[in-house]
Amino acid sequence: MTTFEAILLTIVTASTPLLIAALGELVTERSGILNLGVEGMMAMGAACSFAAAVTFDSTLIGVAAGILAGAFMAALFALVVLGFAANQVGSGLALTIFGLGLSGLIGAPFVGSRRDPIAPIDIPGLSDIPVVGRLFFEQDLFVYASIALTILIAIYLKRTRSGLTLRSIGENHASAHGLGLPVLRVRFLAILFGGACAGLAGAYLALVYTRFWSPGMTAGRGWIALALVVFAAWRPAWVLVGAYIFGAATVLQLHAQAAQWGIPSQLLSAVPYLATIIALLLLSLRYGRAIGAPGSLGMPFVPDR
Amino acid sequence: MFSKTIMGALAGAAALALSAGAASAQQKLKVGFIYVGPVGDHGWSYQHDQGRKAVEKAFGDKVETTYVESVPEADSERAIEQLARTGHGLIFTTSFGFMEPTLKVAKKYPNIKFEHATGFKRAPNLSTYAAKFHEGRYIIGQIAGKMTKSGTIGYVGAFPIPEVISGINSYFLGAQSVNPNVKIKVVWANSWYDPAKEGDAAKALLDQGVDVIAQHTDSPAPIQAAEARGKFGFGQASDMERFAPKAQLTAIVDNWSDYYVARTKAVLDGTWKSEDTWGGLAAHMVVMSPYKNMPDDVKKMAEETEAAIKSGKVNPFKCPVIGQDGKEIECKGNGALSDEQILGMNFYVKGIEDKIPQ
Repeated sequence: MTTFEAILLTIVTASTPLLIAALGELVTERSGILNLGVEGMMAMGAACSFAAAVTFDSTLIGVAAGILAGAFMAALFALVVLGFAANQVGSGLALTIFGLGLSGLIGAPFVGSRRDPIAPIDIPGLSDIPVVGRLFFEQDLFVYASIALTILIAIYLKRTRSGLTLRSIGENHASAHGLGLPVLRVRFLAILFGGACAGLAGAYLALVYTRFWSPGMTAGRGWIALALVVFAAWRPAWVLVGAYIFGAATVLQLHAQAAQWGIPSQLLSAVPYLATIIALLLLSLRYGRAIGAPGSLGMPFVPDR
Repeated sequence: MFSKTIMGALAGAAALALSAGAASAQQKLKVGFIYVGPVGDHGWSYQHDQGRKAVEKAFGDKVETTYVESVPEADSERAIEQLARTGHGLIFTTSFGFMEPTLKVAKKYPNIKFEHATGFKRAPNLSTYAAKFHEGRYIIGQIAGKMTKSGTIGYVGAFPIPEVISGINSYFLGAQSVNPNVKIKVVWANSWYDPAKEGDAAKALLDQGVDVIAQHTDSPAPIQAAEARGKFGFGQASDMERFAPKAQLTAIVDNWSDYYVARTKAVLDGTWKSEDTWGGLAAHMVVMSPYKNMPDDVKKMAEETEAAIKSGKVNPFKCPVIGQDGKEIECKGNGALSDEQILGMNFYVKGIEDKIPQ
């Protein structure tokens, strides 16, 4: 493996959890719900996936547990913001704090355990192509799944009837309700999907990226995923671009330090944030009308008011 | 509305539980600990918590311990005051950033004894303590200098503060003492604790030809990255062998247990005084985990250096120390740099090609 290939592989690993979590949040937000609990759901996904993977010695069961844990947390959030029409910002923050705490409790017996790396999927022949071969055809399943998810969500939102329903509920829940669309049911499913994605992202972090569990290991990635959704103007393809720019800048600034270019490391540490914001701003300038936030984003909805 | 009622009820129940606990424990000495990270970080805070457990084990029924973990440095005053108000007689605050808040609370509660780790501000009821980690870093530097095949060793640092910089210098001086042509690359994670990023920092070093990595961040991610690539590394703060059984050459283990037990005993006996303690290998505050995965001659060298540092024959910062610019650093100690010079170190030694980020 050449240095260049190694760097590219590291970038893919750094970007994938951000992409998965941001895609889930994007769907939730397009239905009009702002869930600030991504960080907490991600931490729960990481803790539960690692605990299950170690207990049953199976990565697959671990991943399933991570997804379920994220969805479970999201269901709690849905109960509060849909059932009691509570403030979404407050509830989301509470979910983050709760998730970080509960994940520490669940993960406590597994601190210090480690898992072996999962084997990447090797597509014979194709993965032998120089440089791009390993990059495109020898990744783990998560990476392929995250790309597929981006495409599927883009198609779903733009080309399907159900996607249209979800978007119209997000734009104006009162009108959608007037048309007889099931606002609360759609939002509930969108919140669950967001939680499942955050849980999957957490599972990736614990099972592939670091391969151990320790409390607070999400280290703010949930917040970055949230920011990506906003800067990508709620578009799946741009979320993909944003996640990869952020991942690339994170990894490359470390290389710039090791190469001793003499740029202050504090400045380099800020590069991922700056690069992502600038790139996505340019995208929205270049490609015309930047769609704003969904019209009903963050507003509570009570059907019979 | 509904959720508010539930929260109120929960808070009330918690307050009741706390006051009940306080009433039944009046005769015991309550010892409190404030940690900057989670006890499960398997590094800095974990080792402090091992010290807390040692206190419980040593005194049994005579003490009761409490800890508050993951306390942000900016918000620590509230947590410290909380311990002070709930009847604690001895409180350890275990991060540099807790210095001002600890001092403030200590002045407010003159009858309670406080102990602050790695700081320099004392009061009649406030002691400070720290460990000479740079002694251990000199040993791992020598090992790295012997073990590197590429001639380039690496260092993952958290923040460019004196504690970390003196560690880098000591590591490099150790390596240079056995391998005069050795080079070092430093990458700053700009975080004490972000496992994924620490791991990426280590990978960046490995990608650029480094084959032995030392770290001054708190998670086992860097040494694990070395393990995955078949290279070497050193454990930080605690023994990280289980994360990297083939890569860990040794670990610099913080050992607070003896100190915490001694200080608790002093309070129980009524002999506690405000002091400044800065112990190293000789005081057992810094312990090297077993030397492994290296040839016998390297192991022997490491053991000899460890013994020599303990007996005072070897000092990592023995004068003359030459700065990066080639000028000799003024020698303010007895044949070596003074403690103040080490605690405030803000320069790289000669041979390190990088610059300290300002």
